[in-house]
Amino acid sequence: MLNAKQITYQGLWSNNPALVQMLGLCPLLAVSNTVTNSLVLGLVTLWVLVCSNTIISLIRHHLHDATRLPSQILVIATFVTLSDLLLQTWLFEIHQRIGLFIALIVTNCTVLGRTESYASKHPVSAAALDGLMMGLGFLLVIVSMGFIRQAIGTGQLFSQLHLLLGGTQSDWQVILPNEPFLLMILPPGAFLCLGCLIALKNWIEIQCRPLTTQPHKENHLRTSP
Amino acid sequence: MIMQTTMFALLPGIFATAYFFGWGIFSNMTICIFTAVVVEAIMLKMRAKDLISLKDGSAVLTALLLGVALPPYLPTEMLIIGTASAIIFGKHLYGGLGHNPFNPAMVGYAILIVSFPLAMSTWPLAQNDIFGSTKYEPTAAETIINEPSFDGIPFDGIAFDGKTAATPLDTLKFRGAKTIQEAWTAENGFSILAGTGWQSINIAFMLGGLVLIYFRIAHWQACFTMLLSLSLLAAIFYDGGGSASLGSPAFHLFSGGTMLVAFFMVTDPVTAPEGNTGLFIYGAGIGVITFIIRSLGGYPDGMAFAILLMNAMTPLIDQFSVDHR
Repeated sequence: MLNAKQITYQGLWSNNPALVQMLGLCPLLAVSNTVTNSLVLGLVTLWVLVCSNTIISLIRHHLHDATRLPSQILVIATFVTLSDLLLQTWLFEIHQRIGLFIALIVTNCTVLGRTESYASKHPVSAAALDGLMMGLGFLLVIVSMGFIRQAIGTGQLFSQLHLLLGGTQSDWQVILPNEPFLLMILPPGAFLCLGCLIALKNWIEIQCRPLTTQPHKENHLRTSP
Repeated sequence: MIMQTTMFALLPGIFATAYFFGWGIFSNMTICIFTAVVVEAIMLKMRAKDLISLKDGSAVLTALLLGVALPPYLPTEMLIIGTASAIIFGKHLYGGLGHNPFNPAMVGYAILIVSFPLAMSTWPLAQNDIFGSTKYEPTAAETIINEPSFDGIPFDGIAFDGKTAATPLDTLKFRGAKTIQEAWTAENGFSILAGTGWQSINIAFMLGGLVLIYFRIAHWQACFTMLLSLSLLAAIFYDGGGSASLGSPAFHLFSGGTMLVAFFMVTDPVTAPEGNTGLFIYGAGIGVITFIIRSLGGYPDGMAFAILLMNAMTPLIDQFSVDHR
């Protein structure tokens, strides 16, 4: 069994769902065009991950092999639908912008990957922590992508954040001096940005190689996104 | 030697562009080449390669082709962004010269036209050419300040940096309900074959390209089929020059970047398929996509996208045109 430190390290860095497992690329590439959108999607994914990991871990002894995957999808879908409805209630304007991608979290392989490969084999506390850390890892990557893409692509930051945190547009919006470089908010910019982040992560890892002697203990689950 | 000969073959077109659109093309080329050499050196260093491969001239040729294809007087930072992304994303990330699936110059061009559509479709007003003068009617604003002369002499203290005009492709596309004949007489910037200036530049590039093909430095198959498919489509949809006409074959052949692309980009051996059949399919595809983007698309000229799309098709074309036994 992994201890808490290892789970944290794996979720945030060595087995990061976005940068290493490369799961859930569809929302990562499509929604990361502004900080607000990526923050909301990252938080909802985090919540779904924690909840479904916990539930699956609780009922893991009662799941039959033949129906294990459908049951997991059912649990995930329940939480996604719940968050979809909650967003519609409290954050209607944001839901109008990225509502489509909220529903698509059901098909996000990060969630199914964690429930299948981790939560169905580990006790509740470890599974919940794993969901939290994996979700945080995903949240960090998607928010930094949103930050980079919005800053370079539109020349402003945090616009529409008032829809999430209250206040008005001018409370949050920061106008940057650079000229908008449209490519970055278009789909090719998402690929370029993600590629650069992965390259940066690998570069840092190579620079620190003598320090990290821990081998990867977990098999990477690779499924088509 | 191939790179150097190709650069020499570009000369007629470069001089023609300089004559019709001013000196901007030389500053374009200088900045692009400088950026390309610096970025190439940095990338070679980062990939722990020998700097000696700077001397093969491929980076300079990429920068030269990009600098010639871009509108003169483009802002410096855009030139730098375009060239740097051509060298980094178009070439070195795929493993350097010979491994790139996409034409680096066209990658740079596409990134620029997607990112800065306004600046990329702003071309200077063309000088008159030997095939006849530009029909040019001053706009209302210019009439008020009494039209300073084109050679830059300021009038009443109001100095123009230069004049810009819509490219002939745009003028023809957004001509409203006019027939071709009406557009030709009513709109600014048309001459015998195509746009004033543009037609001569295209002819100059064609002459340089024909020299390349004569000395067998470039293959003729893709280039020929591209021009053929473009003009065939134009002939089909010419529609007798009515108001729904998409332009005559001559107009499409001598407008925009047709000849530059046909003789210098399509003939790039790295990104084109192998064998005659493959090259014929490749060229025809570029012609068709170019025509579709020109007539239905939102961008001024579809050349770069056509090349990139067919570059992406190249492995597939190779798959069934080359005998793999």
